[in-house]
Amino acid sequence: MLIQELSNLPGVSGDEGKVREFIRGQLTQMGIQHHVDTMGNIYARSRGPEKEGLDPGLMLSAHMDEVGLMVACVEKSGHLRFYPVGGVNPWSLVSKPVKIGKEEVPGVIGAKAIHLQKAEERKKALEIEQLYIDIGAKNKEDAEKKVQPGDYACFDTRSDTLADGKIITGKALDNRAGCAALLELLRRDYPASFTAVFTVQEEVGLRGARVAAYRVNPQVALVLETTTAADLLEVKEKDFATTVGRGPALTIRDGSVVTHPRVLERLIETAEKEARPYQFRQFTGSFTDAGVISLSRSGVKAGVISTPCRYLHTAASLLHREDWEHLVEIADGFVRSVHEKGLE
Amino acid sequence: MELRVLLQEISQRDGVSGFEQLLASYLSQQFEVFVDETRTDHLGNLIMLKKGSKGFPRVILCAHMDEIGLMVTKVEKGGFLRFTSLGGFDVRTLPGQVVTLYGTRKVKGIIGFTAPHLQTDTEKKKSAEMDQLFIDTGFPEEQVKELIPVGSVAALQRSVVELMNQSCAGKAMDDRAGIAVLWQCATELQKLTHEADVYFVATVQEEVGVRGAVVSTYGLTPDLGVAVDVCHGNIPGAQEHQVSELGKGPVITSGPNIHPVITRKLTTIAKDYRLPFQKDVSPGPTGTDARAIQVSMEGVPVGLLSIPLRYMHTSVELLDLDDVKQGGRLLAYFVSSLDKNLVEELSC
Amino acid sequence: MEALLEKLTKTFGPAGSEETIRAVILEETRPFADDVMTDNLGNLVISRGKMDQETVLVAAHMDEIGIMVTYIEEKGFLRFTNVGGVRIETLLGSRFVFRNGTTGVIGLEKQKEKKDPGFSAYYLDIGVRDADEAKKQVQIGDTACYEPSFGRQGRRVMAKALDNRAGCAVLIEALKALPRSLPLGVHFAFTVQEELGLRGATPLAYRLNPAYGLAVDVTRVGDTPEPEYKMGVSLGQGPAVKVKDSSVICHPAVVEKLKSTAEKQGIPYQIEVLERGGTDAGAIHLSREGVPSGVLSVPCRYIHSPGEMVDLDDMENAASLLQSLLQEPW
Repeated sequence: MLIQELSNLPGVSGDEGKVREFIRGQLTQMGIQHHVDTMGNIYARSRGPEKEGLDPGLMLSAHMDEVGLMVACVEKSGHLRFYPVGGVNPWSLVSKPVKIGKEEVPGVIGAKAIHLQKAEERKKALEIEQLYIDIGAKNKEDAEKKVQPGDYACFDTRSDTLADGKIITGKALDNRAGCAALLELLRRDYPASFTAVFTVQEEVGLRGARVAAYRVNPQVALVLETTTAADLLEVKEKDFATTVGRGPALTIRDGSVVTHPRVLERLIETAEKEARPYQFRQFTGSFTDAGVISLSRSGVKAGVISTPCRYLHTAASLLHREDWEHLVEIADGFVRSVHEKGLE
Repeated sequence: MELRVLLQEISQRDGVSGFEQLLASYLSQQFEVFVDETRTDHLGNLIMLKKGSKGFPRVILCAHMDEIGLMVTKVEKGGFLRFTSLGGFDVRTLPGQVVTLYGTRKVKGIIGFTAPHLQTDTEKKKSAEMDQLFIDTGFPEEQVKELIPVGSVAALQRSVVELMNQSCAGKAMDDRAGIAVLWQCATELQKLTHEADVYFVATVQEEVGVRGAVVSTYGLTPDLGVAVDVCHGNIPGAQEHQVSELGKGPVITSGPNIHPVITRKLTTIAKDYRLPFQKDVSPGPTGTDARAIQVSMEGVPVGLLSIPLRYMHTSVELLDLDDVKQGGRLLAYFVSSLDKNLVEELSC
Repeated sequence: MEALLEKLTKTFGPAGSEETIRAVILEETRPFADDVMTDNLGNLVISRGKMDQETVLVAAHMDEIGIMVTYIEEKGFLRFTNVGGVRIETLLGSRFVFRNGTTGVIGLEKQKEKKDPGFSAYYLDIGVRDADEAKKQVQIGDTACYEPSFGRQGRRVMAKALDNRAGCAVLIEALKALPRSLPLGVHFAFTVQEELGLRGATPLAYRLNPAYGLAVDVTRVGDTPEPEYKMGVSLGQGPAVKVKDSSVICHPAVVEKLKSTAEKQGIPYQIEVLERGGTDAGAIHLSREGVPSGVLSVPCRYIHSPGEMVDLDDMENAASLLQSLLQEPW
């Protein structure tokens, strides 16, 4: 499955090369022209005629990068100290396998064994400063044959399915699910074309989308994302944010954007018309590329649609396949509707 | 002029964030012999162009000329001045510091605080808070109101102290060291050829949020850039990967904020010319002008070169002069190497 | 001025939901406009004079702080989050109103610990019996603002949303008094989403690309018992000319121009340095290649509470100063 293939690729913010090559390969197979800027964003035109007045009006985007780690230094013992890249959840780091650098050198994240810890120590969360990656090197010199400071590392998690294939798991569903959706849309024919952008460096401050929006200069933008689902044990329903399996989530506001009312209305209208389930994201925190896109140049009417996803920013997150499929169809209907009626 | 003298001169001159004009005019005099055009933009960024043989590519070399400082918020009874900061201070370094106030004329003052015999033992153990401190000019209240109205800025006062092994300490080395690197680079370029148009940009307001670089980069639409700033030097207690060593050359940074081709090029050039250098990694946007440059307009590939410096944001910022010199040379050889091929490589 | 202020502060307009306040301001200003424009984000621009030459952008944000519904409980209680910098200590017992007039009062769950409970412990009670009844009146995503209340004691006015309807009123009064012939084209902008991070002003400044910019907004004062920040600005001592806040170091040319205009016209003013807080000038001055920008402030007490306070003399002086400033060449 495309989401799973994408999720397995390493692509920590600033090091999206392998994801980029994969997506470019897909685009080439589809016969879709595209280009890449100096930061690494991919720009593609969907199928469909260039229609006067709507072009380059509409932009759809999904970020390619994932949170991960960066090697900070190699200790004398050959252990690797690391920095987080983006908001990695520190609870989820210890005892995970990782892949480091272009060569995907395997390593594991270790910590002091429980036997060696005092009772008090065990109660405290492990901080990133207490953790290190072990690649089995004998010493610094040995380690540096394989790894250098500055190398990126990502979780070594293979995507899988649960619950008879309904649930997809993986390390980088955020936001390869969005990338997969955008690729799916690009396979289709539209009455007029739109610009698709696969952005870089979302997780370190929405940086790729900023320059992408400036370049594309759209009037309307829809961001395809994944968002947190907290429908979990011992969480009150009011704090769920989103619920897995209840359809894609529409953002009313997040920490970076107020979805433009016309965009939100049109998304709702599309979902209702096509009888697709949807939910509102009941949480206004965190940032998306829509934040910088909406403020680009003279302002852009922007919105966000997301696949709800549990355990974001950890080694293994999960989403419901049907939520993703509904997202694709609502986004598809939105594109057609904007082409047909505009967005005034 | 010698590099040592230039750095001393510019360290001792004042240019608090947002109030860099006097320093800018001094700098433009010092660069005058090297450059073809000089201008200042709306925010006060000093932009100096040295033309290349082909006028392509266009490269910007940025160092911020502003320094952290203070601003008067209120004149209290007795003529004591309340203040806020422009940029990030460790408040503990302020008590007893002499400052230069820029009111209707230049006035000296001392940062005062409650007399020790009035403090309880618990109070003494706590760090000072900025609103417990004040500036004392010795003038009576009425005269203070005349001389130093609300909104006046103050700079830390410190003469450069020369120390062992080419090292020296002073205020505002962050980032006058970077300016000195640009100056050394301009000096070296006199002896070299270069195709690229080189813009030396002394940016303003970096310490309050890299504001100068936001607008200066927009105006110039360069093909690439290098930011020159300072980074933390080794001190006892710091972890190895957080610091770089003094005297072992400038530091080349890599990470998502930095274009990998520029990092590679700087490294190759340093090796080819046998110039000392160190490496550093940064996992997110750096706290330098590079942060703004990278995401300007359609994106500008940027590199970062840093001078190791101890005691950042105090009045005794300490560095090794040789690092500054080597940084200038490295940057000059880098500029000299720029051509069309490199710009093509910058596209992913 | 008082009547205008009453009308503006009583109008609904939390950040991101500015349609109602925009319509009210448009109605007030349209007769004096040469040109009217609303952009993609909802900023309203009323222009005067020649637009083919240099222009000045004068911006006052029209949004206010408020709350947004995130969840409707079975029993009909509404859970909410803040829109902008709502101060948690103002919540309990406060009344909030939605655009459609639905009103509620804020309650608080029992606290096990004596620490800051955060927004999640509060709820809005709109007097319904269950979720179905609630959903007839309010949806997830709907915003509400403090219930309007307007009072005057002497020259001092107390109301919600003086931040920044006070600034809007200054712009409107200056616009009304402006002569036909002006040295520069003037854009009076009523911006959106300032309380969410100066968002409206960012694309607006890019679009208009003015010769210089001026934000008109409220500022804190240092004349109350143990004020949060030790600053020299007092209520009733005249509008304040800002030197710096966290978002901008004002351009010296704009600061000088404001000061010299005030002195020429004999208008009292104060000089302001604000430790914390930002204004639209923070966005305007970083637009494109940089725009020289400043701020004219209306001193205001109890900012971001249901009972903000300004002085009418400060307001009138601010309007005169703005009006005189716009007759000066750049």
